[in-house]
Amino acid sequence: MTIDNIIQWFQSWFPVNVMVLFITSVLIAAVVIFAIMAVNALVAVYAERKISAFMQDRVGPMGQGPGLHAGKWGLLQTIADTIKLILKEDIIPKAADKKLFIIAPFIIFLGAFIALAAMPFGPYLIASDMNIGIFYILAVSSFGVIGIILAAWSSDNKWSLYGGMRSAAQIISYEIPAALSLVSVLLLTSTLSMQGIIQSQAGTVWGFLPNWNIFNNPFSFLAFFIYFIAGVAETNRTPFDIPEAESELVAGFHTEYSGMRWAFFFLSEYGNMLVVCGLTVVAFLGGWQSPIAGVMEGAWWGLFWFLTKLTATIFIMIWFRWTFPRLRVDQLMNVAWKILLPIALFNLFGVAIWTLLVG
Amino acid sequence: MGLVHAEEMTLNIGPQHPSTHGVLRLKVKTDGEIISEITPVIGYLHRCFEKHCENLSYEQVIPFTDRCDYIAAMNNSFGYVLAVEKLMDIQVPERVEYIRVIMAEYNRIASHLLALGTFGLDVGAYTPFLYMFRDRERILDLFEITCGARLLYNYMWVGGVSHDLPLGFMEASYRFLDEFEKNINEYHNILSYNKIFIERSADVGIMPKDVAIDYGVTGPNLRGSGVKWDLRKDEPYSIYNRFKFDVPVGTGIMGSVGDCWDRYWVRAEEMQESIKIIRQALDKIPREGNVHEALPKKVRPPKGSIYFRTESPRGDLGYYIISDGTPTPLRVKMRSPAFTALSALSEIATGWMLSDVLVILGSLDIVLGEIDR
Amino acid sequence: MIINQKVSDILEVKFPGVVILPDEPHNDFIQIHPEKWKEIAKFIKTDSELKFDSCQCITGVDLGIEDGLEVRYNFHSMQLKHKIEIRIAVERKNPSIPSIEQVWRGANWLEREVYDMYGIRFKGHRDLRRMLLPDDWKGWPLRKDYKTPNIYNGMKIPKVRKGWD
Repeated sequence: MTIDNIIQWFQSWFPVNVMVLFITSVLIAAVVIFAIMAVNALVAVYAERKISAFMQDRVGPMGQGPGLHAGKWGLLQTIADTIKLILKEDIIPKAADKKLFIIAPFIIFLGAFIALAAMPFGPYLIASDMNIGIFYILAVSSFGVIGIILAAWSSDNKWSLYGGMRSAAQIISYEIPAALSLVSVLLLTSTLSMQGIIQSQAGTVWGFLPNWNIFNNPFSFLAFFIYFIAGVAETNRTPFDIPEAESELVAGFHTEYSGMRWAFFFLSEYGNMLVVCGLTVVAFLGGWQSPIAGVMEGAWWGLFWFLTKLTATIFIMIWFRWTFPRLRVDQLMNVAWKILLPIALFNLFGVAIWTLLVG
Repeated sequence: MGLVHAEEMTLNIGPQHPSTHGVLRLKVKTDGEIISEITPVIGYLHRCFEKHCENLSYEQVIPFTDRCDYIAAMNNSFGYVLAVEKLMDIQVPERVEYIRVIMAEYNRIASHLLALGTFGLDVGAYTPFLYMFRDRERILDLFEITCGARLLYNYMWVGGVSHDLPLGFMEASYRFLDEFEKNINEYHNILSYNKIFIERSADVGIMPKDVAIDYGVTGPNLRGSGVKWDLRKDEPYSIYNRFKFDVPVGTGIMGSVGDCWDRYWVRAEEMQESIKIIRQALDKIPREGNVHEALPKKVRPPKGSIYFRTESPRGDLGYYIISDGTPTPLRVKMRSPAFTALSALSEIATGWMLSDVLVILGSLDIVLGEIDR
Repeated sequence: MIINQKVSDILEVKFPGVVILPDEPHNDFIQIHPEKWKEIAKFIKTDSELKFDSCQCITGVDLGIEDGLEVRYNFHSMQLKHKIEIRIAVERKNPSIPSIEQVWRGANWLEREVYDMYGIRFKGHRDLRRMLLPDDWKGWPLRKDYKTPNIYNGMKIPKVRKGWD
């Protein structure tokens, strides 16, 4: 369902001004995407709590039923948390730059939010299948760093400033290996459209493996890992969580935020996870393609496969977070510039040769 | 090209900060991420321990010693009661000696578990912390069945201990030790040999041998720098000369001698040694005996003074006690090992990055209750 | 040979008249005059027979209003594995003593703590500030003649009780 479909559908029923129709359709899509983000956050936060609890020999949020005990198995915990966050007092520090302080969380949120507009959840489920889809996502998802820097600067807190500086350096560094490994995918698919990339991954390779980009050739196999590591770094999660390193920077760039504004940081962190993992799935794991070619395909199966792959990659991110310590800022830069970037460049070259000779 | 003028920023780490292990304030000058000057400011937890002691009788001081190093309360009161006993020339029954050693070593394990766990937290690893707390919890359970308290025990008395070992303590102990020994490997797998953890702690915050000795740093921090000095071995007090155990020292396996990883490793190895000691003590302990047998009617040491050192989990814990023949001490001074360890911080942590400073601080394993007293 | 006898013999050769022999010979301490303390400290740290390389503890003592103040140092040798206690008496009015902060770096904080509690000035200490108490605290709390103030910075200080009332 792209926005164009919605417009056409409306036009056949209400022949009114095209502009009005366009705005209505965009709003509908926006609400749906927001709902996806919110549900993702609800589920992912619960999953993160439970998974971390099981990894740490705990039980996590538990309850005896609806009511004050956060529901059966703590299922209502995130909802209770959300209500708490909404009801909390909105504190703006006296010394803060008020305008920037207020706007910063929304800018971070916006980055993840508009990136989802080009995310294909199924063969027909995409808000807008642009011909530059992957390029668009890369561009707008780096938008968030502006929000982080604004938040850090406007808080007028030294820890926040540290967090902002680290975050800017980190995200800018990791964009490069991430983009380079995506470019190597583009060499294979020769299209920038998200649906196009997925469609090009249909079929099998060597007869039994699905023809996903990760299995296409050894270089793209490596590119998957580079992209995923860089993606974890872009979402500011452990082992790359230095911008909000709790034991060092208290809470980094969102030290001074509370209540709903803080919730927006939280929401966009999980939104960013969704974008990064979604992009991984689309570019390397065949998007909504079924793992066994020709079996269980179709619109709803597509949605199912996409969400399954998405969940698996998000699980890996959560797994990382609860097993690894944190890197230091210079080691982080070393990983980006001295390890990932050369390998990514080499990979790009390798994929190019491969496509020339084999593909 | 004009010159770029960079200003140094003064940053207050603490008193309210997640990884200062209490209410410690570090006034640091930073040049970007690099720390160029560190001034620790302490005293936020000062509770006038030494002034209190001058107004209380000898027995009443024991709960205060518990509260100084609340992570290793058994060891702290152990040192105090040994000092008073030496001053009064009291011989305690065999069974009491063994019980005290068992308790002190259990508390050493509990304290090291907390030290390693929070060190992991400082590096950013959450999960090992909870694994270690799982085992620490079981030691606290053992303490609880023995004396009813889980953190501050008031267990060691002058001339005895407050309660005899309860029924089932021995079985529970053996069971715990068997399982705990296996768990140590789990910690090594998740934390000690983790590549990122090694990167963060090896070759960081190196404390050379001579610096450590010059500052009077003792305990695992000194042994991490490669000095084989353990009061339990070199100046055996109580009945430590009856047990066979090794003194692990830092050898710089992952980096250089005296780095954070070595200090971490020494603590991990010491837990193994403590297990050995507890095992031997459990095997040899006299099955019968009255733990209140040697309790003096009145704790009134003769005139004199004593400086008595014991090996607490943090290092040489010294008590300087001066008695003037009255039921209240004239002076009780506590030589706190964490105090001297912290005084070396600015020497070994200057020039490192902000993240490293907190890792180095974590590796020193300070307890602010003991520093500020 | 008892260590205090050994140390006092060695010191007597190098610094004649500085050692006041203890009246309890079995104890492992010696009492010395404060004048040449820093030179003595340097000597006992480096002398091949003593090598007290670790300054373990510095204790301020108030023996009572009539008796006066004392500073007691506990040294330890990591190489020779022996230890000694050195006592230096100081007068109550305007007490001062040479600092050994530049001899053992660990003495820095330990001396600051004694200064904090007893007001004993360590001559030559480069950073003699209060250690545990707030910088604006008045008086030296561990002296026997200390009177607890009633008010500190506008806050009322509860009365000290003797024992358990």
